[in-house]
Amino acid sequence: MPPKIELVCPAGSLPALKTAVDNGADCVYMGFRDDTNARNFTGLNFDLANAKEGVRYAHAKGRKVLLALNTYPQASGWQRWTSAIDNAADLGMDAVILADPGLMQYAAKTHPDLRLHLSVQGSATNYEAINFYHEQFGIRRAVVPRVLALAQVEQLMANTPVEIELFGFGGLCVMVEGRCALSSYATGESPNTCGVCSPPKAVRWQQTAQGLESRLNGILIDRYDAKENTGYPTLCKGRFEVAGETYYAIEEPTSLNTLELLPELIGMGISAIKIEGRQRSPAYVAQVTKVWRQAIDACHREGAGFTVKPAWMAELGKLSEGQQQTLGAYYRPWK
Amino acid sequence: MKLALGPNLYYWDRDAQLKFYEEIAASPVDIVYLGETVCSRRHLMRLQDYLDVAEQLAAAGKEVVLSTQTLIESESDLKTLRRISGNDKFRVEANDMGAVRLLANKVPFVAGPTLNIYSPQTLDLLAELGATRWVMPVEMSRDALLPIQQSRRSGLETEVFAYGRLPLAYSARCFTARHHNLQKDDCQFRCLDYSNGLSLKTREGQPFLTLNGIQTQSARPYNLIGELHALQETGVDVLRVSPQAYHSGKILQLFRECMEQRMSPALALMQMEKLMPEAPCNGYWHGKPGLDFIHNDHLATA
Repeated sequence: MPPKIELVCPAGSLPALKTAVDNGADCVYMGFRDDTNARNFTGLNFDLANAKEGVRYAHAKGRKVLLALNTYPQASGWQRWTSAIDNAADLGMDAVILADPGLMQYAAKTHPDLRLHLSVQGSATNYEAINFYHEQFGIRRAVVPRVLALAQVEQLMANTPVEIELFGFGGLCVMVEGRCALSSYATGESPNTCGVCSPPKAVRWQQTAQGLESRLNGILIDRYDAKENTGYPTLCKGRFEVAGETYYAIEEPTSLNTLELLPELIGMGISAIKIEGRQRSPAYVAQVTKVWRQAIDACHREGAGFTVKPAWMAELGKLSEGQQQTLGAYYRPWK
Repeated sequence: MKLALGPNLYYWDRDAQLKFYEEIAASPVDIVYLGETVCSRRHLMRLQDYLDVAEQLAAAGKEVVLSTQTLIESESDLKTLRRISGNDKFRVEANDMGAVRLLANKVPFVAGPTLNIYSPQTLDLLAELGATRWVMPVEMSRDALLPIQQSRRSGLETEVFAYGRLPLAYSARCFTARHHNLQKDDCQFRCLDYSNGLSLKTREGQPFLTLNGIQTQSARPYNLIGELHALQETGVDVLRVSPQAYHSGKILQLFRECMEQRMSPALALMQMEKLMPEAPCNGYWHGKPGLDFIHNDHLATA
């Protein structure tokens, strides 16, 4: 049987971190409270004291802590990112998750013992790209963007010594991470540069005669009638008009859920499954972590006899965006 | 300062492409980037066709660069990448770190706009590996570019996307196929029907984005003609014009005339009004949302 797959859970705050650990996460990932990470939202993330306590708590229970430093530093802020690397090493982080090659070079030179993971923001979708980061900076793991079919992931794994981490559950980014500037086109701030997509400060809600409207920097993202559930106006999840037809032209509000692929993922030798959602509440993290812990343990125990329990799917369904779930690109006919 | 024509981001039929590059051979452009950078299903132009076009353009005195695909997913994508990066004649623009791996420490290459070079340190690393030119990410501002310009190695050229619909995002999903309710693997090559992309508007009819297969572009063309002076002052070496189905030759000509100070940017911008698919934008250069258009006071008094 392949080695046990790691469950990597989001920790947007210290309570979320503790909840994830208590409910069975093998690893938690977190970010500092600034633009050095791609979930730079008010009220989220860790200052140094919280980070220290988080690492202590997780390590005391034999779990790992990964630090996401996955935005692209610019000249003006370079030291903020290198200080974050230094702090990660001082705090005893089990790995840092990086996207920027310049920053990776700094980390590899300054802290040779610090384990490096390639962030999904690094846009590495093929083994030549992953091997580039491996040869140059000694990365040990790569988080692969949510654009590959399973067969493509398998092919990639056959040609790299780097561990592979895949997204298992949570909000679905339909664009290749690290290669999307839609947010900055509309609002001036993007994941690569500021660690945000469709930032809350650009969002406006307005009740009009035609319905409730959500806008992003003035751009109409969606309009809801009284019976419809509203969603956060993430730019690519709005309803737009293309050739006279109004629909979710880019992406429906839906969550990725790969629970039914778990036996295949484990069989392929994936090292870790990542749960998206550092912006979510501790209660959400607890529920998702609990279901995935049970499923992973059952899958390892039962092997070929493993089946997805309907209760797990129901639980995850309740936590999904728009109560909809998809296998995303892992399932080829997805369109 | 040199003028470049970027890789054609759209899918046109073979004859249209051959005719287009014939016209480009006669246009006042210094550098031409060739190749399919968006979708591996687009292959009316084979690599050999691009190499033939490259020879013709080179014979017309143009510098030719072969651009690689941005989103590389499959072994067949890698096979194409290896053939391009292994060509022994033309310089290659790497649009993915996989391409960088194949080119690094072997031949000089161009670091493309999707490599996410935002810092002097990252640029220096790529220069060390053999990049002799880099293309700034489209969302970068002049203020963010300045310190990079001040610290870059001598001989390393900086190129800026200066005209055309901005390539903003790449996806696993094909939005053109999706619009036609077709699966990506059975797209029936619908991109051929949209030589300038498929317009996406808000429900208020505001043109917002352009769907181009797996790529999402801006609806508005980015246009830095009015910023020519600032671009020169910032030490930018190359301006990139991105091909559109109409008027690319005329746009190149207007850029050239302004670069040679035979026409004022204000007049050129006025002439471009009839040639652009929508009103222009230039917000990124000013550190604003990309879709903004900041009027240059310098132009108003020109």
